[in-house]
Amino acid sequence: MYPRWLWPLSALPGVVWLLILFLLPFYAVVAVAFGSVDPILLTAVPAWNPLNWNAGWVTHVLHLLVPGNIYWDVFVRTCEYVVLSLAGCVLIGYPVAYYIARHASRTKSLMLILLVLPFWISYLMRMLAWINLLSPGGYGLQFLSATGISSALYHLGLISDPNNYLGGQSFTVILALIYGYIPYFILPLYASLDRIDRSHLEAARDLGASPFRAFWHVTLPLSKTGLLGGAVLITLPMFGDYYTPNIVSGAPSTSMIGNQIDLYFHGGPQPTIGAAITILLSAFLMILMGYYMWTIHRASREVRA
Amino acid sequence: MSQAVASRPAGESEFGYVRRLRGWLGNPWGKPRFLILVAWGYIVWSIAPVVVAVQFSFNDSRSLSVWHGFTTKWYTSTDPSIDSVLHSAELRGALSQSMKLAGLDVLIATPIGLFLALGLARWRGRGSGASNFLMLFPLVTPEIVMGVSLLLLFSHLLTFVPFGTVAQVLGHVTFSISYVVVILRGRLFSIGRSYEEAAADLGAAPATALYRVLLPLLLPAIVASAAIVFAISIDDFVISQWLSSGANSTTVPIEIYAATRATPQPSTDGIATVIMVITLLSVVAGVLVYRFFTRGESGRGSAVDDVAGFGI
Repeated sequence: MYPRWLWPLSALPGVVWLLILFLLPFYAVVAVAFGSVDPILLTAVPAWNPLNWNAGWVTHVLHLLVPGNIYWDVFVRTCEYVVLSLAGCVLIGYPVAYYIARHASRTKSLMLILLVLPFWISYLMRMLAWINLLSPGGYGLQFLSATGISSALYHLGLISDPNNYLGGQSFTVILALIYGYIPYFILPLYASLDRIDRSHLEAARDLGASPFRAFWHVTLPLSKTGLLGGAVLITLPMFGDYYTPNIVSGAPSTSMIGNQIDLYFHGGPQPTIGAAITILLSAFLMILMGYYMWTIHRASREVRA
Repeated sequence: MSQAVASRPAGESEFGYVRRLRGWLGNPWGKPRFLILVAWGYIVWSIAPVVVAVQFSFNDSRSLSVWHGFTTKWYTSTDPSIDSVLHSAELRGALSQSMKLAGLDVLIATPIGLFLALGLARWRGRGSGASNFLMLFPLVTPEIVMGVSLLLLFSHLLTFVPFGTVAQVLGHVTFSISYVVVILRGRLFSIGRSYEEAAADLGAAPATALYRVLLPLLLPAIVASAAIVFAISIDDFVISQWLSSGANSTTVPIEIYAATRATPQPSTDGIATVIMVITLLSVVAGVLVYRFFTRGESGRGSAVDDVAGFGI
């Protein structure tokens, strides 16, 4: 009933917008990373023609990325932070999502509202809140020392000073990352747990499965999409994070890959190296991005079918 | 009797408590008490710090962690030695820049996203698959990568774009479009084509079917996506920071970041509180409008489901 040209024409402005302001900028990063540096002004000279590409800066960064060199330490630290934060999100987030999806009956809508509330509170404000809590004399600090958690953490070697959480403690950075990103993990997980048909579980129980086996063989596999989707959804931004460690620590000893990129553009005079790190980071994250886009694509096909 | 209790070793009674606690938590026939504790514990943990931050925006001292009594001076004071939210040029500038970016973002990204969603949902042909792919990419790209790439684009290629408001709006719209498309596309598929076909069978011209049938059906989702664009634009820190031109294009998140790197004051908590209240009010307004438009619809389609189902 509609003319054939209508829908491509309707998509045109958006597609052109994304081509110019999303795809083209990637090429600008590549051109700068494979370009050269002005010897006097130290500014980046991008190489727009692939024939003039100079791989020198990218290989320079790659050389610093092997074990024993500076970026290797940063890269390993970033992976540690991301993996530990992800584990924390799963350990806290799965029971919460599971409870709200399966057991919260009367309180379900209230809990859902409280669950999405952090989405509407600025990430930076939620980080600022921890400065309030962990500054000298703050409620969080008082709570941690009154309950003995501070001294336990200190004796376990997780923090180097039980009265200073805001000066270069990896523990605080991981705590802040979990706090910051866990809402984005719980919501897709909740959605997939909520979609599970209860009759599958009843069937498993009727056939003699223990509650644990029913969970392990029915609920867990059926929530796999939400679990992996939520995990990828928070892993990607965590790899590019630089503001969380800067706010709750600010020390070079907790610096992540994002901090290196930030330094080269906002602190140092070498955007070419920054662009090279950005390219390598994007290449590394491509696998995760591909996986997530494939799941979205498949989900939207199912909706259409 | 009392002697017997007293003579029981202390360790045994402690063990009894532990066993009773375990029995209470692990009773398979009762409520899942362990899960209840974890779930409510999480919710308190996720919200209490923000409540404390709001509390300290009313602190009668420069301290962010020790309570010295209630005051509203960090919001209203005209004393030049106090950077109050209402009277400090810096904080007011940050507030108005945040609002300006969010407003422009909604005005530009919502229509572009609407047309793109319609096009991508119904266009079958060369380039449609690639366009779909392109649309999903901004959702999964780390913001720092987008920030770096837009910075380099505007400083080396599209040099006529000035840093500051113009560059920031272009950046915000770029990451907002995909959210609008994903939300609207879900609604488009659930509406289906039968209503428009019925309109056409009854003699409506294509333009009439679009305007009088499809648009009203899409309206709730358009409202929902506008509210979400507003909220993510207000929340954005990375893109705004990378594309800012200094003091005159500082947004509230940039202001908070700068303050935490130097010496945050209760007025920092204050400006964060103001922006949070504005966001929450706009979300509540969005939900109310959404409810109004979808009243009478059967099924479980709530705003939360619409958004949650797509993993945003």
